[in-house]
Amino acid sequence: MMAFVLMVIFVFAFAVDTGRVQFSLVFPGTLWMAFLFAGMIGISRTYAHEVPEDTLTGLILAPGDRMTIFLAKLTTAFLFMIAMEAIATPIFFSLFNEPWNGSWGPMILVLVLGALGLVELGTLLSAISANLKSGEMIFTVLLFPFEIPVLICTVEATQAMLSVPSGNPWLWLHGLMAYDAIFLVLPLLLYEYLWEV
Amino acid sequence: MRALHLGKKIGEKVVLRDISLEVGDAGMLAILGPNGAGKTTLLRILSGVWGPTHGELWRFGQKVEREGRSDSRIGYLGHQSFLYPSLSALDNLTFYAKLWGLDRPSDRAANALKQVGLTWSQADPVKTYSRGMLQRAAIARVLLTQPKLLLLDEPYTGLDLAAQEFLDTTLRSFQTAGGAIILITHNVHEAIRVSQAVTILVRGRLVWWSDTQGWNAERLALEYQKWLGGGARHP
Repeated sequence: MMAFVLMVIFVFAFAVDTGRVQFSLVFPGTLWMAFLFAGMIGISRTYAHEVPEDTLTGLILAPGDRMTIFLAKLTTAFLFMIAMEAIATPIFFSLFNEPWNGSWGPMILVLVLGALGLVELGTLLSAISANLKSGEMIFTVLLFPFEIPVLICTVEATQAMLSVPSGNPWLWLHGLMAYDAIFLVLPLLLYEYLWEV
Repeated sequence: MRALHLGKKIGEKVVLRDISLEVGDAGMLAILGPNGAGKTTLLRILSGVWGPTHGELWRFGQKVEREGRSDSRIGYLGHQSFLYPSLSALDNLTFYAKLWGLDRPSDRAANALKQVGLTWSQADPVKTYSRGMLQRAAIARVLLTQPKLLLLDEPYTGLDLAAQEFLDTTLRSFQTAGGAIILITHNVHEAIRVSQAVTILVRGRLVWWSDTQGWNAERLALEYQKWLGGGARHP
C-alpha cells in the first residue's frame, strides 16, 4: 500500500509542472485516487491469508460472535489505511508545493471518514470474494462503482478546505458520515449469510 | 449427535434432504459418497459452521438453533488443516488455544503436538510440512479442546501407510476413551476397517445404512457401486 502511494506521488511530482499547471484544481482528486488504489491493494488481501488452509473456518468454529472476525478485519484495514494516509498526506503537500489554507480539524476528519468509507465496503467485498472462483474480478467490479460516493465527498470536502477563500466542507463531510454509517450497518446485517457463499 | 430430517439449501440448490442419523458415545459412523453428494456440507452443519435449512439437530442432548454454532466438545477435521502456513505448528495451536479460551495455551499446544509426535518440528513453519505431518498437526488442533465427538472429512486422503496407521491408532484410542466419530470417506476399506456402521450418501440423501458386522470390503464395494451406478434411489 505504502509503496504504491509513494510511487504515485513521485510519478505525479515528476510528470506535472506545477509552475505551468494550476495543480491545486486537481490536487484533491490526485490525493484521493492514490488513496483509493493503494487502499484497494491492501483491502483486497484482507482475507487472502485465510484461503490456502481454510483458516476462516477455524476462526468461525471458535466460540463467540462471528461478527468479531469481520470487525477485527475492518479495524486492521482501517489502521493500515490511516497509517498510510498519515505518512503520505504531508509528502503530497510538500512535493506539490500545495499551500495549506484550511484548519487541521476538518482535514483529519475527512481523512478518517474517507479511510473508513473505503475500508468498510472493501472488507465486506473481500469477505464475499474470498470464497468465490472469480472473486478478484467481483471485488474490483463492485468496489469502484460503490466507492464513487466516498470519492466525490472526500474530493469535494478537500477542495473546499484548500480553496482560497475556504469553502464549506461540512455538506460533503455529512454525506461521508451518512455513507460510513450505512456501510457499517449493512455488513452487520449481511455477515451471517456470507459464510455460506 | 442426532440429526432429524435435516435439509440444506444453498441459494436455489438443494444440497441435503431428509438426513436423519444418530451417533452415541464410542460410536463410529462412516459416510460413503461420491463427489458432490453433500458429505462436506453435512459435516459442516453437524460441526456448527453452517446451520441447516430444515430439520432438527441435537448435540449432547441439546437442540441446536437454526444458525450454525460451534461447540468445544466437537472436533472438526476438514479438507484443509485450518493452520496458517507461515506460522509454526506451536504458534498455530497456541493461537487456537487462546481463541478457545483454554488455560495455559502454550502448554496445551505443546502437549497436543507431543500427542501426535510432532514435538521435534513444532517450531518449523507449517508450510514446510509434508502432507502426513500437516495432517498430524491438524489432528493436534482438533484434540486441543479435548472433544467428545470427532467429525472427520476424508482424513486418510494423501497419507502414506505409516501416517494411516498413526491415524488408525489415534482414532481407536479416542474411541476407547468413549469418544464418538463421524467419518467421511470414498474408500470402502477405510469404512469397514474403522467404523461400526456405514451409510451411503448420494445426491444429498442417505440411501443405505448398515452395521459393518458381517460385512467385508468387497461386499460393501458392490453395494456402494450399485448405488453409484444406478444413481440416487429412495430406499
